[in-house]
Amino acid sequence: MLTINEIDVYYGAIHALKKMSLAVEEGTIVTLIGANGAGKTTTLKTISGILRPKNGTVVYKGKDISKTAPEKIVSLGISQVPEGRRVFQTMSVMENLEMGAYLRKDKKEIAADMENVFVRFPRLKERRKQMAGTLSGGEQQMLAIGRALMARPELLLMDEPSMGLAPLLVKEIFEIIKDINARGTTILLVEQNANMALSIADQAFVIETGEIVLKGSAQQLMKSEEVKKAYLGG
Amino acid sequence: MLEFMQQIVNGLSLGAIYALIALGYTMVYGIIKLINFAHGDIMMVGAFVGFFSVTMLGVNIFVALLAAMAFCALLGVAIEKVAYKPLRQSTRIAALITAIGVSLFLEYVMVYFFTPNQRVFPAETFSLHNYHIAGLVISNKDMFVFGSAIILMIILQYIIKRTRTGKAMRAVSIDQEAAVLMGISVDKTISITFAIGSALAAAAGVLIGIYYNTINPLMGIIPGLKAFVAAVLGGIGIIPGAMVGGFVMGMLETMVSGYGSSLYRDAVAFGVLILILLIKPSGLFGKNTGEKV
Ligand SMILES: Nc1ncnc2c1ncn2[C@@H]1O[C@H](COP(=O)(O)OP(=O)(O)O)[C@@H](O)[C@H]1O
Ligand SMILES: [Mg+2]
Repeated sequence: MLTINEIDVYYGAIHALKKMSLAVEEGTIVTLIGANGAGKTTTLKTISGILRPKNGTVVYKGKDISKTAPEKIVSLGISQVPEGRRVFQTMSVMENLEMGAYLRKDKKEIAADMENVFVRFPRLKERRKQMAGTLSGGEQQMLAIGRALMARPELLLMDEPSMGLAPLLVKEIFEIIKDINARGTTILLVEQNANMALSIADQAFVIETGEIVLKGSAQQLMKSEEVKKAYLGG
Repeated sequence: MLEFMQQIVNGLSLGAIYALIALGYTMVYGIIKLINFAHGDIMMVGAFVGFFSVTMLGVNIFVALLAAMAFCALLGVAIEKVAYKPLRQSTRIAALITAIGVSLFLEYVMVYFFTPNQRVFPAETFSLHNYHIAGLVISNKDMFVFGSAIILMIILQYIIKRTRTGKAMRAVSIDQEAAVLMGISVDKTISITFAIGSALAAAAGVLIGIYYNTINPLMGIIPGLKAFVAAVLGGIGIIPGAMVGGFVMGMLETMVSGYGSSLYRDAVAFGVLILILLIKPSGLFGKNTGEKV
């Protein structure tokens, strides 16, 4: 569904991704794990078109999207739950969800999808008129996920959705990710919480300082000594 | 007491005009963090478009108002594309200096083509009539100025709160990158913001032409600065703040002219600016973010 072919991405002089490649098969959960500063967020921003690779291609459904406008990329079916949630703080929960459906015109379907988000996240329904900034961290993460779902993505990019959440909430979020995938959405999940990510993923890639150093099925990687030592706490 | 009420009534129309101009400053600042110093001059161009629509095309004042708004909406979009967009990634001070350049450009192009002389809004545009209500004198001119400004502000509020475009404008001003991830085009949203802000300024220009009866190519400078103070007073980037700030500045000015001396009315505006910057730089409605404007 998505293949990244040897991309180089720079921030000025900083070479953040070095001939980086990755592939996501339709219907699966793929996780990209790595330490802080390894280049995970850079990868997702490049897929969404916020950053541009200097070399290499990003091919989605057979089309190179590495020069495609970000809004076009959303309309092709790629949504992102950004790092740190980035909900619109001074807009209401409902308005945030509406923004997720910004490019859609089917009013009835949008209303139905919003109802689905509320079924999935009842706490958001209770707070639908509240400003997003007044929600707890967990609720904001749910809103960020709900907002991304409002675009009806075929490929959902998630950047550290467990960051800063209590363990119980982390479990809940991972259950939700599994469920979204079970309903047909392909997922590329970026995580520092390698344990949890590997437990729900099909395929996994390990990134270090802008390079993929390991890849394989999630099960294989879970057993790998290198991964255990570096990311799973021994 | 009656005297005081009369000053308030007088201040309302002027305040409404300042509010309209202040809205443009604050909307543009909210979305690209630029103090558009050419904003007062866009207002001046609007006044001229309104003036010529009335004098040369012979249309009525409503049509003139709309023509000025449409013209300046396009002018605002063009200025953004030509002057500000290329500087979006550069420092704020570069953009600010460019804005001052655009301001001088508009002023002296107009001086060149239309001379710096005053032009008098034709009397027949508005046959002045005073109404006496509860001891207060209210002119049809005041009513028109105040009424038009309020209607425009209500429309603006509706656009920003309720429409898809307005929500996108808010989203971009809150978090540009997150807005891009929603599929919102930042360029388009910035253009719309300039169009709306400039249209409001144009309306203010026509209204100020009616209010003072005269227009000239440098008429945008002082009201522009006062509206800027109004926007800062309300908290730059905050829309209701700009409205309140505009009314406060208008009232203050008429009070100072009414009770003190009209010699001081401009000085007071800048006194207010100094006071806000000393006491609460984020403005009446702003949170203190520690950001330097
Ligand atoms: N805006 C930026 N400007 C300069 N360097 C950046 C910027 N964002 C990230 N980097 C650098 O790029 C590298 C990768 O960052 P990032 O993709 O955010 O890592 P991760 O998401 O894996 O923590 C890091 O070395 C980081 O310091
Ligand atoms: Mg990151």
